[in-house]
Amino acid sequence: MASKTREALVDPLFNNNPIALQVLGICSALAVTTKMDTAVVMSAAVFAVLTLSNFFVSALRNQIPTNIRIIVQLTIIASLVIVADQILKAYVYEISKQLSVFVGLIITNCIIMGRAEAFAMQNPPFESLVDGMGNALGYSLILVVTAFLREFFGSGSLFGVTVMAKVTEGGWYEPNAFMLLSPAAFFIIGLFIWLLRTWKPEQVEAD
Amino acid sequence: MQGSTSYNLAFAAAICVVCAIVVSSSAVSLKDRQGTNAALDMHRNVLVAAGLAAEDEELGAEETEERFARIRRVVINLETGGEAPDIDPGTFDYRRAAADPATSRRAPENPSLVQRLANHAVVYRVENEAGALETLVLPVEGYGLWGTLHGFLALDADLTTIKGLTFYEHKETPGLGGEVDNPRWKALWKGRRAFDDQLNPEITVIKGSAGPPSQDPYRVDGLSGATMTSRGVTNLLHFWLGENGFGPYLERLRQKGDIT
Repeated sequence: MASKTREALVDPLFNNNPIALQVLGICSALAVTTKMDTAVVMSAAVFAVLTLSNFFVSALRNQIPTNIRIIVQLTIIASLVIVADQILKAYVYEISKQLSVFVGLIITNCIIMGRAEAFAMQNPPFESLVDGMGNALGYSLILVVTAFLREFFGSGSLFGVTVMAKVTEGGWYEPNAFMLLSPAAFFIIGLFIWLLRTWKPEQVEAD
Repeated sequence: MQGSTSYNLAFAAAICVVCAIVVSSSAVSLKDRQGTNAALDMHRNVLVAAGLAAEDEELGAEETEERFARIRRVVINLETGGEAPDIDPGTFDYRRAAADPATSRRAPENPSLVQRLANHAVVYRVENEAGALETLVLPVEGYGLWGTLHGFLALDADLTTIKGLTFYEHKETPGLGGEVDNPRWKALWKGRRAFDDQLNPEITVIKGSAGPPSQDPYRVDGLSGATMTSRGVTNLLHFWLGENGFGPYLERLRQKGDIT
C-alpha cells in the first residue's frame, strides 16, 4: 500500500484521532457509550456513512460547484445516513431503538463533513475512501474503549453479558452508577486525551 | 459550464433526484421488514408487561408469536367500556383510529397532552384455561419531555396491583428520561397499587426513592435528572386509568365480578 494511503488509514487512530485530537463528534460519543452493543453498532454506522460519503464526495469533487459544495456534501451525507438508519431499523431493530435519534444525528457529526471538506474535496476517490475508513476507525476506537469502561464498571457486564455479578443480583460488585451518566464519558475521553498527549507530546497545543 | 448559475442549478437538481431515489427505494424496500419488526417488538412488549417473557429473554419471532397466541385481544369502546366484537383486533390500529375524525373525538384537556381519543382501543387479556382473567394489559400513551411515550401497563386480576409497565416507543433523553427502559426501574413497579381504596388512580412517580411495595404501594422512585419524564409517566397513568381512559371498562369488569 502506498505510504500516503497507509497514512490516511492509520494516522487517525492515534496521531490525528478525530475525537481525541480534533475533538469532533463528542456528542454521540457521550450518548451511545453506556453499552458495548450500541457503541459497536453506532461505530459500524459511522464507518459505513463516513467511508461512502468520502468516496462519493471525492468522486464528484471536480463536478461539485464550489459555491454550493457544502449543501451538496450535506445532501450526500444525509441520504447515506437515512439509508443506514433504515437498514438498522430493518435488521437490528432493538439496537436501533436504543440508538434512537443518534443515528439520524450522524448527519450533523462534524467528523463526516469535516473529512468531506478537508480531505475528499482534494483527493482521489480511493484515498478518500481509505481516509474515511481511518477516521471512522479512530472514532470507533474511542467509542469502543469508552463503552468498554462504562459498561464494565457501570453495569458489570460486556455486550449485556454479566462479567461481574452485581450486588443487586446477589453478586459482589457494587456498580458505579456514575459510569452510566454522560459526564463519565467526558472523564474517560479526557483521560484518553491526556494519555495520548503524554505518549505523543507533539499533540499538545501551544499555550 | 462549470461555475454558471444554470450549471449549479442543474447539478443541485441532479444530486437531489439521485439522492431521493436512493432514499425512497431503500425506505420502500425495507418497509415490510421494519413493519414486521415493529409488530414483533410490540407483541414482545405486551409479553414482557404481562410477565409472560423476561425482560432480557432472547425470544425468536416464532416463540414470541407462540406466546402471544395465549393472549386474547379485545377491542373495547372507550366511552362505554363495553366490548366491540365487530372490530377485528388484529387489524385495529389505535393510532390510525385516533387520527381519523370519523373514529375519534377530541380528548378533554389533560396534562398528558393526549389530543384525540379513538372511540375504541385494544386491551390484551391473559386468561387461564377456564377463561378467567389473569392479567390485563392496557396500552397507555402520554407526553413526557420531548414526545409521546407509548407503552403498556399490566394489571393483576384484582385490577389494582401493577404487574409491569413498559414503554416501547418514546423520545426521552437517552440516559435520563430514556431510563424508563431501564429494567431495574421497571422492576420497581411490580406489586405497587394503581388505585386507592376509593378506586381513584393513585400511583405516582415521586422525586427520590420510594419504599418497598408492601409499605409504599402508591409511589415509585423518580428517574434522576428526568423530572418531566417522571411527571409525564404519572400523568399518563392517571389519564388512562381514569374516566376518559380505561375507567369505564375497568368499572364493568369489577361489576361483572370478573376479578379474583
